[in-house]
Amino acid sequence: MRNEGVIYRISGPVVTATGMNAAMYDVVRVGDEGLMGEVIELHGDKAVIQVYEDTSGMRPGEPVLNTQETLSVSLGPGLLTQIYDGIQRPLPTLEEKMGVFITRGVDADAFDMEKTWTFEPQVAVGDSVSGGQVIGHVQETETIVHKVMALPTVSGVVKSIESGDFNVTQTVCVLEDGTEIQMMQKWPVRTPRPNRQKYAPETPLITGMRILDFLFPLAKGGAAGIPGPFGSGKTVTQQSLAKYSDAQLVVYIGCGERGNEMTEVLEEFPHLIDPNTGKPLMNRTVMIANTSNMPVAAREASVYTGITIAEYFRDMGYDVALMADSTSRWAEAMREISSRLEEMPGEEGYPAYLSSRIAEFYERAGRVETLNGDDGSVTVIGAVSPPGGDISEPVSQGTLRIVKVFWGLDAGLARQRHFPAINWLNSYSLYPQSLDQWFRDNISQDFPEVRTQISGLLQVEAELQEIVQLVGSDALPTDQQLTLEVARMIREYFLQQNGFHEVDAYCDIHLQYQMAKAILTFQESAKSAMAGGALLDDVVNVPSRSDLMRGRFEKGYIDNIEGMVKKMTMEIADTVEEN
Amino acid sequence: MTGKEYRTITDVKGPLVFLNKTEPVAFGEIVTLRLSNGTIKNGQVLDTSDDLVIVQVFEGTAKIDREAGVTFMGDVFKLPVSTDLIGRILDGAGRPRDGGPEIVAEEKADIIGAAINPYSRQSPHDFIQTGISAIDCCTTLVRGQKLPIFSASGLPHNDIALQIARQAKLKGSDEEFIVVFCAMGITAEEYNFFRSDLERTGALENAVLFVNLADDPAVERIITPRLALTAAEYLAFEKDYHVLVIYTDMTNYCDALRQIGAAREEVPGRRGYPGYMYTDLAMLYERAGIVKGKKGSITQFPILTMPGDDITHPIPDLSGYITEGQIVISRELHQQGIYPPINVLPSLSRLMGSCIGADTTREDHKSVSDQMYAGYAQGRELRGLVAIVGEDALNERDKQLLTFSGVFEDKFLRQTRDENRSIEETLDLCWNLLSSIDTKYLVRLDQKWIDKYHPDNRS
Repeated sequence: MRNEGVIYRISGPVVTATGMNAAMYDVVRVGDEGLMGEVIELHGDKAVIQVYEDTSGMRPGEPVLNTQETLSVSLGPGLLTQIYDGIQRPLPTLEEKMGVFITRGVDADAFDMEKTWTFEPQVAVGDSVSGGQVIGHVQETETIVHKVMALPTVSGVVKSIESGDFNVTQTVCVLEDGTEIQMMQKWPVRTPRPNRQKYAPETPLITGMRILDFLFPLAKGGAAGIPGPFGSGKTVTQQSLAKYSDAQLVVYIGCGERGNEMTEVLEEFPHLIDPNTGKPLMNRTVMIANTSNMPVAAREASVYTGITIAEYFRDMGYDVALMADSTSRWAEAMREISSRLEEMPGEEGYPAYLSSRIAEFYERAGRVETLNGDDGSVTVIGAVSPPGGDISEPVSQGTLRIVKVFWGLDAGLARQRHFPAINWLNSYSLYPQSLDQWFRDNISQDFPEVRTQISGLLQVEAELQEIVQLVGSDALPTDQQLTLEVARMIREYFLQQNGFHEVDAYCDIHLQYQMAKAILTFQESAKSAMAGGALLDDVVNVPSRSDLMRGRFEKGYIDNIEGMVKKMTMEIADTVEEN
Repeated sequence: MTGKEYRTITDVKGPLVFLNKTEPVAFGEIVTLRLSNGTIKNGQVLDTSDDLVIVQVFEGTAKIDREAGVTFMGDVFKLPVSTDLIGRILDGAGRPRDGGPEIVAEEKADIIGAAINPYSRQSPHDFIQTGISAIDCCTTLVRGQKLPIFSASGLPHNDIALQIARQAKLKGSDEEFIVVFCAMGITAEEYNFFRSDLERTGALENAVLFVNLADDPAVERIITPRLALTAAEYLAFEKDYHVLVIYTDMTNYCDALRQIGAAREEVPGRRGYPGYMYTDLAMLYERAGIVKGKKGSITQFPILTMPGDDITHPIPDLSGYITEGQIVISRELHQQGIYPPINVLPSLSRLMGSCIGADTTREDHKSVSDQMYAGYAQGRELRGLVAIVGEDALNERDKQLLTFSGVFEDKFLRQTRDENRSIEETLDLCWNLLSSIDTKYLVRLDQKWIDKYHPDNRS
């Protein structure tokens, strides 16, 4: 078997080589500098390779070495708190090795191979171990126990198992048949990790964002798409989700986005505290940053690197959330490579396999029974950046066909500084039915009904607004004017949320429910006061209502809201007597 | 390998030359072509294999025939850089245009540039005062940011860019910017305007100009911004300067990109622009920033004209996805005779939050900016309603907002081309204008700022 060939042709990130025994998706080392690449097409003896680094200066005739492995990630203790590029090279290590600019031909281990971790065995000599079974624990960060698993393909009876401090490449367990198990394992990124079965999701992913949790909830193990034009707040929404959602682990992929924005995340996250555990947020986070000017092939790989890491933690029985910002850049990377391959294009120059690749990616989300018998989930939230904000384009459409939650960002709302700029009229979630039971059991029996009332009011408002545009609001009967006022309260008090505000950025789900109830209470008492002869202006302007609305920016709001609502009801009732 | 001349051209198509059977040629290698009449042209390898090499010719392929000699120079395109660049005018391919000597290279820098490791970046937070109220108050510029001007033909974007270049400084510091000016396909008249203005104000001594004019080869425009950014990177990260890169007009650059794509018979994306235009633009825009351990910085100010005033056109659209905001010039305001005609509503500075506040500008900046924006947005919206129902139908609040929107344009936006307002002046002006609105309607202003800064409370 010859593993070494030579370069025949170079066209940007696509290199053709001859004379090596290549199979599809083999990882190869290209040129004198040994740049990493992956075989993506075969024509007779010619293998087409996408190269993960810049190819300028490379010549035909330079050697190509086939490693005969597929593109894989290293999985083991040390993953958490890391910041990787698209092919799992840690960015801090790259900085040490080559300075502030990313040059090429540099290899870096995914994590410290020398560092020792305290391994606590969970099986004993003589136990039988099957694929994917947890054999030991490592306390990786303060909050996360890393569960060391046997590779899914391995099974047998434990011959010996160690306890104590080891690095990730030392053998901690040996099976009767001689198989050695280390703490680190490798897994090919384009192959989903196996599980026993997929369950229907039935627990919501609580994000602390009112419009999402309350109106358009996402399930743990579900998939959501956030399309929006530039400036509508995709990245801020994604970052809020990474900060506040109640997933146990977060994988954040910055895929082809702005360098300065990524830096902001990298600088900010280490200082943030997880509201669910009170510990630093980085303890539960893995970041992948492949900015728009980093090699395009590595951008294509970055989402697979991310989701494989997410699946690995899912297999330990954790609830993992993965944010990909933005999947459009990933799709564009596919388009760029496809066009270099001179493939027949589909819509808008994207390859014909675009929608199936998108579907395959989102299909790796889900709530599963792991091989170890635990319950784990991967929730995927993908940002989409449609050109001109027009979601009829292929990436948005390919995404909408597969995800069950659509959070549509709206440039108009963003311009009005209504944040999060999620349009409540065209967004949707298909999960409420499967999640309603959870909400009834854990929040309140009437939770789904309250939600229906709130979204109904918003619908009515949209219809009334059309009339107001023509004749002005004064021409409406007072009961409809009240409806508009209630809807305005929903928008300004409930839907708007300041993602940068210390208190308002995260809203407890119980509090969300109480705030929604407060709005409905206002509507009820205003209606009955007006039936008793009160004037709309008086009812709307009771001072305790603005206290109630402003209160959400104060700490301890959840303890005071009930009292504030009572006070408001009384003041509104008093407006009847004034007249 | 240099020196060997090939006469194996098979095809010439648009800006591309195809040739057969050469020694192994490097991807991205620089090429010179000697025509039978003795003219020398330059190019770069776009595709290379054992059998076929595709060369993109910068000066256009006119007069190239199959007899032309092709020499491969053995290296990728590099720009000789040294501090001697400052004060010089170069053409679009980096050759002196001012009659001066060749640049003596301290080093030669690869013009493609490497990506900055996101981990090694430092997030920008230094406020740049431009002296233009609309920008300083509402779309604050930050050192290390890339903030394009979205304009359209016939609008005074050049004046604005020059005013910024002239007035931009860090608050409370005399540190000046080095201006790297990159012209792509602009007219000689526009160029003269820039040049004479820079000369008049003495800024030329602190500037580097790369100039590709409308009648210069279009393909050369592909490398012009890369040369400018390479010079900027050298000055910023090797020589500790703060560099302001102005390029105009990105639309011409993108059209040149499309031209090459078409000649290579690539599958076109939207409106015929290549599918990789996002990545290509990112390779330029992302060369802005500040990095750890270096004193200098690169701030970018690209100007692009939106074809048909259409902000969803691929050029502004893709730019908007990469840059950290945009400043949008409005034809409507321009026609009302307002300079600078900046429409603050679609304009945005994404990094603004990190550079305003008590430590940098003033404690009330955020609230004031929000209130100005909100007041103007509501006032503008009311204009539409007034057109239908008349002003009398408005309530008191709406009447005040309507009046405010007019004052906003007339007093806040409008300033002269050499009026340099400090941030304090701008914010005080805001308060003066806002005082025409009843304080109970100023919902975005904290009471503590009203107590401290409202003209009624200051006297």
